[in-house]
Amino acid sequence: MLCDVCGKNEATVHLTEIVNDKVTKLNLCETCAREKSAKMEEHFGLGELLAGLGDFGDVAELPKKAVKIKCSNCGLTYSDFRRTGRLGCSECYTAFQSKLEPLLKRIHGSDQHVGKTPSMKQTKVVTEPVSKLQEMKAKLKRAIDTEEFEEAAKIRDEIRELEKKDEKKDKEKKEK
Amino acid sequence: MKLNDLLNQTSEWLKGSGPKSDIVISSRIRFARNLVKAPFSDWATKDQKKDALSMIKKAMESAGFLKDYTFFDMAELSEIDRQFLVERHLMSLEHARNPEYKALVVDNSEIISIMINEEDHLRIQVLKSGFNLTEAWRIINKIDGKINKKLEYAYSSKWGYLTACPTNTGTAMRASVMLHLPALVLTKQVGKVLETVAKLSLAIRGLYGEGTEAAGNFFQISNQVTLGRAEEDIIGNIESIINQVIAREANARHVLMTQDKDTLSDKTWRAYGTLKSAHMITSDETMRLLSIVRLGVDLGVIKDIDIKSINSLFILTQPAHLQKFEGKASPSNERDVVRARLIRERLKK
Ligand SMILES: [Zn+2]
Ligand SMILES: [Zn+2]
Repeated sequence: MLCDVCGKNEATVHLTEIVNDKVTKLNLCETCAREKSAKMEEHFGLGELLAGLGDFGDVAELPKKAVKIKCSNCGLTYSDFRRTGRLGCSECYTAFQSKLEPLLKRIHGSDQHVGKTPSMKQTKVVTEPVSKLQEMKAKLKRAIDTEEFEEAAKIRDEIRELEKKDEKKDKEKKEK
Repeated sequence: MKLNDLLNQTSEWLKGSGPKSDIVISSRIRFARNLVKAPFSDWATKDQKKDALSMIKKAMESAGFLKDYTFFDMAELSEIDRQFLVERHLMSLEHARNPEYKALVVDNSEIISIMINEEDHLRIQVLKSGFNLTEAWRIINKIDGKINKKLEYAYSSKWGYLTACPTNTGTAMRASVMLHLPALVLTKQVGKVLETVAKLSLAIRGLYGEGTEAAGNFFQISNQVTLGRAEEDIIGNIESIINQVIAREANARHVLMTQDKDTLSDKTWRAYGTLKSAHMITSDETMRLLSIVRLGVDLGVIKDIDIKSINSLFILTQPAHLQKFEGKASPSNERDVVRARLIRERLKK
């Protein structure tokens, strides 16, 4: 029997993985098995997990607009994330918030952190609280993606209103 | 401390001390932490990685978080040395690859290690011997706090600690326990026991050898969920489940000892005999035989060697350790000869 990973060497190690009730059997050569076992605590079947998610299948199936969502801080696009399964920076969590929310819920069964908080006072707020503006922008994207243009126009107008308000606030702050 | 000094010391996690160390090899807790806004290591440019590394290094030096520690620049180490650190469980295999702008901080007793610029900017790890997640948690919590005083972490009150991979988001904590379950394997109960564990949203991994017999009989159980449950909660959950697995293994050992002691003695002494006399041995066979001998020592069947020496042999017989002992690289067929010689020497009274 040949190794499932490299397909070259004779498989001498038979690895069984049970993740969330799912049993996977792999036949590996010694070299590939060593890699696998050293790596085993690193990732938790992310590939399978992502593949199993409806919204996380093939990039080609996504509406073009969704693929183009980009993190303005690090430049990672949503399709980059889908390809690698890795985010680019802490700000990606804000950029892809509407996509990440269902994903995190699916992975962890929750989307609200409980537990340790940083001991240093945070100077920059990341992702939280979700501003009204961000929420509306996410809504707009969804509307465009699903080609609900009337709805999209309405949301766009609301966003403009919000942005005007925010600008005013910023000015007031600066004047102080 | 120099890297080669590690060769002559037994890692804390191999000492066979700590609670339930007849069945539990080690307990480990790992935290993933990232800098705010700086691109995660896999996505960062060389300059960005370099900046992150020097920023973290500076913060650590000023934090005074460890008394005696050694800083290893991955790019300055040879491939064998990096593999050596992987074999000692001080860092991941991933960290040994593409070593540029990666570093490892190790406390000299090998309990604490910190990977810089692995998948996340920081991967803090505490590794204790035996079943001791509580103590590991106490230590890592303290270190994490000290580093955080000098370094701001990427964190949101909604999603907790932000990590490169969404499977780690939240507490970004992975608690894992390495178990030795030879009696459950010998009595063919291991599948059933682990199936039950897997239903409780924990991940289990084991390495199996050819056929039905397991090589090493080591299984690692760890938490999968990191978001929505507090650290102590996650640890408490793992502890209660592991306690049940330990009870099952202990029971299976008792059954073997009371119902079939002759077979057990024969198996363990034959394995011991082979290890003491072989002149060529593969790593697979080594794992399998050491596992049986370890069981024999735990049950008092074999009394002339201690658990620490057996535990150490699992690591000392790995390729990079062998090569460092030999002081030169050897081709893999010669390695079997070198391995057999090292085992004979170590088991000689
Ligand atoms: Zn292979
Ligand atoms: Zn980003």
